[in-house]
Amino acid sequence: MARYLLLRALSLGLSLVVASVVIFALIEVIPGDPAAFMMGLNATEENLAALRAELGLDGSALDRYVVWITGMLTGDFGISYTYRVPVAELVLDRLWVSLPLAVYALTLSTLIAFPIGILAAATRGTATDYGIMGATQLGIAIPNFWFAMLLVLLFAVTLRWFSAGGFPGWDNPAAALKALTLPAVALALPQASILARVMRSALLETLDQDYIRTARAKGLSRAQAIRRHALRNALIPVLTIIGLQFSFLIAGAIIIENVFFLPGLGRLIFQGITQRDLIVVESVTMLLVFAVILVTFLVDLAYALVDPRLRRR
Amino acid sequence: MSRLPPALLIGAALSGVFLAVALLSLVWIPHPITGVSIATRLQPPSGTHWLGTDQLGRDLLSMLMVGAQTSIAVALIAVGIGVALGVPLGLAAAASRGSPLDEIIMRGNDLIFAFPSLVIAILITARYGPSATNAILAIGIFNIPVFARVARGGALPLWTLDYILAARTAGKGKLRISVEHVLPNLMNLLIVQATIQFSLGILAEAALSYVGLGAQPPTPSWGRMLAEAQTMIYTHPMLAVLPGLAIVLMVLGLNLMGDGLRDALDPRLRRGRG
Amino acid sequence: MISLDRLSLSIHGTPILRAVTLKITPGEIFGLVGESGSGKSMTALALMGLLPRGAETTGAARLDGTDLLTLSEPDLCRLRGSDIAMIFQEPMTALNPVQTIGDQVAETLTIHGKAKGAQARRIARDRLDRVGLSHVALDRYPHELSGGQRQRVCIAAAIALHPRLLIADEPTTALDVTTQAQILDLLKDLVAEEGMSLLVITHDLAVVADMADCIAVMNRGEIVETGPTAQVLAERRHPYTRALFAASSHAPDRAPQGAPEPLLAVESVHRHYPGPRQGFRRGPPVEAVKGVSFELHKGESLGLVGESGCGKSTLTRAILGLDPVQGGDIRLFGRSIVPVMPPELRAGIQVVFQDPYGSFNPRWRVERLVAEPFHLLTDAPKGEDRRARVAEALRAVHLSPDDMAKYPHEFSGGQRQRIAIARALITRPRILVLDEAVSALDVSVRARILDLLAELQDAFGLSYLFISHDLTVVRAITDRVLVMQSGEIVEEGPTEAVFDAPAHPYTRQLLAAAPRLPDLTEAQA
Repeated sequence: MARYLLLRALSLGLSLVVASVVIFALIEVIPGDPAAFMMGLNATEENLAALRAELGLDGSALDRYVVWITGMLTGDFGISYTYRVPVAELVLDRLWVSLPLAVYALTLSTLIAFPIGILAAATRGTATDYGIMGATQLGIAIPNFWFAMLLVLLFAVTLRWFSAGGFPGWDNPAAALKALTLPAVALALPQASILARVMRSALLETLDQDYIRTARAKGLSRAQAIRRHALRNALIPVLTIIGLQFSFLIAGAIIIENVFFLPGLGRLIFQGITQRDLIVVESVTMLLVFAVILVTFLVDLAYALVDPRLRRR
Repeated sequence: MSRLPPALLIGAALSGVFLAVALLSLVWIPHPITGVSIATRLQPPSGTHWLGTDQLGRDLLSMLMVGAQTSIAVALIAVGIGVALGVPLGLAAAASRGSPLDEIIMRGNDLIFAFPSLVIAILITARYGPSATNAILAIGIFNIPVFARVARGGALPLWTLDYILAARTAGKGKLRISVEHVLPNLMNLLIVQATIQFSLGILAEAALSYVGLGAQPPTPSWGRMLAEAQTMIYTHPMLAVLPGLAIVLMVLGLNLMGDGLRDALDPRLRRGRG
Repeated sequence: MISLDRLSLSIHGTPILRAVTLKITPGEIFGLVGESGSGKSMTALALMGLLPRGAETTGAARLDGTDLLTLSEPDLCRLRGSDIAMIFQEPMTALNPVQTIGDQVAETLTIHGKAKGAQARRIARDRLDRVGLSHVALDRYPHELSGGQRQRVCIAAAIALHPRLLIADEPTTALDVTTQAQILDLLKDLVAEEGMSLLVITHDLAVVADMADCIAVMNRGEIVETGPTAQVLAERRHPYTRALFAASSHAPDRAPQGAPEPLLAVESVHRHYPGPRQGFRRGPPVEAVKGVSFELHKGESLGLVGESGCGKSTLTRAILGLDPVQGGDIRLFGRSIVPVMPPELRAGIQVVFQDPYGSFNPRWRVERLVAEPFHLLTDAPKGEDRRARVAEALRAVHLSPDDMAKYPHEFSGGQRQRIAIARALITRPRILVLDEAVSALDVSVRARILDLLAELQDAFGLSYLFISHDLTVVRAITDRVLVMQSGEIVEEGPTEAVFDAPAHPYTRQLLAAAPRLPDLTEAQA
């Protein structure tokens, strides 16, 4: 177990290093002057020189990478060019919107997906199964940002149950949660559809296994065999998908924040792009990639909890 | 000939309609969409404009037709990138299972997986400005590890089969075996995956154009039509509903086709009929 | 008393069983014998009430007067595991991989409400002790156990509630002979101790000949002959029983051959695998083959016998030039194939594998499949010539040249094995390596393939290296035999001599463990 953990942790570290090099190279190393790009056409030579100095563009690529990455490691993400405040501050602020949104959506999609996936598998071949499969097929096909617009149209414009966007801050947690509800539902719909389908097929696959037949021969009913033997084995492929889904969830969140005008990391990154604030873009993308890699790592750990065959390696 | 799954027929019909419309739009659309005509803006559906017009007076049906072109082109080229680079990588990894080459390919794959299409698009756009090419690149790069994994995962069990050993005792090398024996038997798997990635590509293209990282004006695209319609959702909801519906139907068609193909091509199901 | 009364079964309209009638009395061991597709497993599943969807039955399956076929699902659940228990063929997959063996044995008790918690675990411990796993802790997971141990866990779970009938469906088919013998002994002991009945389902007449009180022979969904074991084996009234009996111990007519001209010489070959990964280092290398030497002579049939994991497959791959060796030399037709086999030598040594299904690219036609080894020839025949050569090879294995245009899935298992032999013959090799080539076949098919092999050897002067775990087959087809254990050859000699008077203890153990049919002449007396 310890060895398995250590190996996974090492691979996590390695992935982060390579990912950071890729991001750094894309933003700062490939030909073209980032400073000129950031300031636009009517920049004066002095201003450019000042910005180059501020960005540390005068040093070698290696020096700059080391400075950037040690900064990231110590929580110093640089100063935003447009906001003139530390990027770390901006990020921390925005994280309090994006992170709860992602967790909210993930929770919703799991809570929806597991029961209906299991129900579909247990009622395989019946009208219930076909109904669920049809609904999830549709759920996958609906773009989340369009679904978000439809939700706004129905619940904010027509029914007026929710506001169409904006975020009141966490001073009033109930209001904050309410503001995140429509975005989370929009995010969760395609995720839940995919997850339910995976849950169903994983469960059907395990139900075909020999050990289910053994369990039935011991006197377990079909439902007992599902509950006691099939579910935990089916969880292994489901976990894989949850892990892979996380990167889609992050991408989805970035887009959904734009639909609902939520002041999260997604908004920050798009403001960064339009204002050509490369410092913000670089640091925030690194954070997002870090989050994806970290979740992959956590999923690997979860495997070991579910599957004893991994534990004693 | 055995009966085809209904999902395949419905899916193929839906996707076929969109493909036909996209091809048709290359030579004919009901109204030109280049000009701005304030006089005819935001018209309801009528005999001349079957689906009405948008905020710039352009015919909505024509916009949707040309939008299909953009979506299909971007998603198709992105699938092409994924297949062209991912499949050889996956085959090479499987042929050299457990070797450093396999390890490098798979770790590289994991790394690309950590960069969602959107993040790649953000990085490219942040540095070079937005364009449809960015969208193609971003989606295409993300497709590479997908196809590499599918190809490797499908090839590994094949490599343990006796016919591969027989081919080796017939003096054939790994490259030749990969091409002659492995790839043809992966075709079903790859076709199904290509359909899925195609539909994901349509969704991703729409999302990227919606946030302004994809196709730029004046190229019509379903995602950007939605973005432009968003501010008018209170007054003219149809402008936001129709492009979304186009995306849903196209993606639904492709997904149904993928599911149907999987059933039709599944050797386990076929053996029973054989 | 358990009985089937004119049980007929069809699945989605296809008849599977026809009027199957049998009786199993308490304390009796009943053997149900048949080849694949005979319906023997479906008979067992009918007794368990675990038939697949779409199954329709007529007749009755009675457990003391109760007709099991009329019971409701909850009633059946109460019955399964407590009155009737069952174990299956594949111990490797029959246990839940994410649950401890203790929990899986205890589950039989808890699910029937007979014990719970610590008490259930105590009984589970006791049952595991009884099946010979006293040294294995309750908190072990299935993947930590060997195949034989897992089958014992399955048995422990099955007998936890002292069922009246235990059904064992091919319980030892996936196991090595020595393990098989131990499991069969265990089952016999349990029957005697527990007073339960045992229904053993098998394709191997020899397995039940030893232990069953009564046997029934099944063919195409019907019981063709049944009665006390000794009587059935002696009388063999039904032609199918006679055929099955003859095929089980079939030895083709062949004259001992072989000239002292070594075609293949294996000289103290070593073969290692990298050790298992331990963090960043690897453990010590696994030695699969430890200094093996032997010669294969011209026209000779040489057997290589051993249980799974003994290194015989690894050795085979090295001889075929598929894997490198770490020490020693392999000389083929006088030339060394270490480290790399010269391509021109490959045409002289070809191979037939075990699995008649995995042996062919499903997308190729027979003509292309059989012609594939032409790749080895620099002057490979083309066009009509090529077709003529393929036709010739197909005729040699008693297939029709018309079969060239077909795909592999259009053939039966035995026919596929003939195609595999045709493919191996196409380059006119001098050595044929037969790697468990008849192990996956039903006995009657196996007998015909053995005849074919004997005929081909005679016709083409082939040398055979015949690798198998099946002692009966090796005895039937080889002149000389090598016995392999843990990477070493422990005994070598003329086949009859080794089988009649084994010198090495391991050989003796193997021979003792192998189930044997009573001698034909003896049984007739």
